[in-house]
Amino acid sequence: MKLLALDTASGLCSAALYVDGEVMLRETPTTREHARLVLPMVQSLLAEAQWSMVQLDAIAFGRGPGSFTGLRVAAGLTQGLAFGAGLPVLPVSDLRALAQQAAALAPVGTPLLACMDARMHELYWALYEAPLAGQWVSDTAEQLCTPVQLTQRLGVAAAGSAQWRGAGMGLAVWLASEAAPPLNPALLLPAAEPSAREIALLGAVDWSAGKAQPPEAAVPVYLRDDVARPSAQ
Amino acid sequence: MALRVLAIESSCDESAVAVLDEERGLLSHALFSQIELHRAYGGVVPELASRDHLRRLLPLLRQALAEADTTPEQLSGVAHTAGPGLVGALLTGAALARGFAFSRGLPVIAVHHLEGHLLAPLLEDEPPPFPHLALLVSGGHTMLIRVAGLGEYELLGETRDDAAGEAFDKTAKLLGLPYPGGPELARLARDGRAGAFVFPRPMLDRPGLEFSFSGLKTAVSLAARAQPLDDRRRNDIARGVQDAIVDTLLRKTARAVEATGLVDVVVSGGVGANLALRTGLATLLRSRGGRVYHPRIEFCTDNAAMIAVAGLLRLKRGEGSFDLAITARAQWPLTDLNQDRHTA
Repeated sequence: MKLLALDTASGLCSAALYVDGEVMLRETPTTREHARLVLPMVQSLLAEAQWSMVQLDAIAFGRGPGSFTGLRVAAGLTQGLAFGAGLPVLPVSDLRALAQQAAALAPVGTPLLACMDARMHELYWALYEAPLAGQWVSDTAEQLCTPVQLTQRLGVAAAGSAQWRGAGMGLAVWLASEAAPPLNPALLLPAAEPSAREIALLGAVDWSAGKAQPPEAAVPVYLRDDVARPSAQ
Repeated sequence: MALRVLAIESSCDESAVAVLDEERGLLSHALFSQIELHRAYGGVVPELASRDHLRRLLPLLRQALAEADTTPEQLSGVAHTAGPGLVGALLTGAALARGFAFSRGLPVIAVHHLEGHLLAPLLEDEPPPFPHLALLVSGGHTMLIRVAGLGEYELLGETRDDAAGEAFDKTAKLLGLPYPGGPELARLARDGRAGAFVFPRPMLDRPGLEFSFSGLKTAVSLAARAQPLDDRRRNDIARGVQDAIVDTLLRKTARAVEATGLVDVVVSGGVGANLALRTGLATLLRSRGGRVYHPRIEFCTDNAAMIAVAGLLRLKRGEGSFDLAITARAQWPLTDLNQDRHTA
């Protein structure tokens, strides 16, 4: 099974090819150049593998949460690539991709917090239970809230927080906030950002689970939907 | 074989896709207007516009191909609006276009939105001759341009502040009309009395081809507040506004005709749909032995058919690109196209 994977949700721009468990990756840090960099990465991967688009089975992409513009670049590009090549798409959560990065840190059954900096003093986060073979189970829906609200929402669950694993650049924001629980730094990946490597791995899991969708399904999940106020007219 | 281009427009609040064939002409054009989405906000909200484009464009693309009875194999290139406009909105169309073109191995043409407006009259049965004058009047632009040919644009004058369409919409808002009020204001003006309100016509008292419409808001605001706004007063004010804007556009156009000796004038952009402007220009140019050319009403406002025209002409000239950067420019002076031509 062959997948192309893209992610432009954060401070990384990345693309990956997945074939039967192996991942080829192109990845570079960038703040604003995702739109210029991502398609050349795709071309370079296809050239190295000597594949054409139509030989792929599907395209996986980081569907958010993350930078709004970045999410739209990945989603729009995925729509165009998939429609042009007659392929289905696999929208993969960027929080789940973060959790996957920390999988090696987390024995099966331990809680794992994926947490991204949403700017404006808020966090995107979801709490997972570490899985076998990428089958992440989320205990919570993906959420957007302030660091203090995150502490409140985790409530009793945070009691054993010293055992928690965590990934993402939102962790530092959370831990700097009032009344944040003590976490063990050795169990955290505070600099992790979502990458096409995990998008590819999780896309493969979703492909096997029959979750491929038509190209129109390549749309972002922003979490932050309250972006405009009606005018008082 | 005749070239056939797919074009995508997403620079502001219209999502649109069209298919144009070099020999058979326009084969399809599909459009979704986001006006309802933005009405509650009193204007276009860029973030909401970008989000909506991403949901609308691919279904419109499928629709445009189906209505054109065209398969991707029959296409010669993919054009998309690359600017100027809302950069987030532009990027959605650019990403879709580049992805589709890459999968199909097709060249991409990054089209200047205003060049699309300038060339829109080429979709009609009687296209304008070159060189000609163009009056480009929309919600974002007010320009007089000497058009010698494709990519040969001399900017003769433009607005220093509000665009003509913006002046229509903003004064309409002062009269309590729902967004976007410009077309509704023009409708009310039909029942208003000429001369009941005379609003300022800035920049007419001095030479040159520059425009300024921002002062109109203050004048209309004062008139609207002076007495309670009944229907008659509202119609009269609307008439005064339209007369001030149209009169200014006509007199500047007349100056440009005199300055250039060109009597064929293209009027394009959303305000180009205004009947008073169209009629006034026709009369003005007839008396000078010329005529006015305009796109059909639906191609005055933003659409993908005009982007397809510009894309096809540039593709024909060998300007299709296989560059893989997804690009959009919020600002993009029209006259940069002249440089592009010389450096190409």
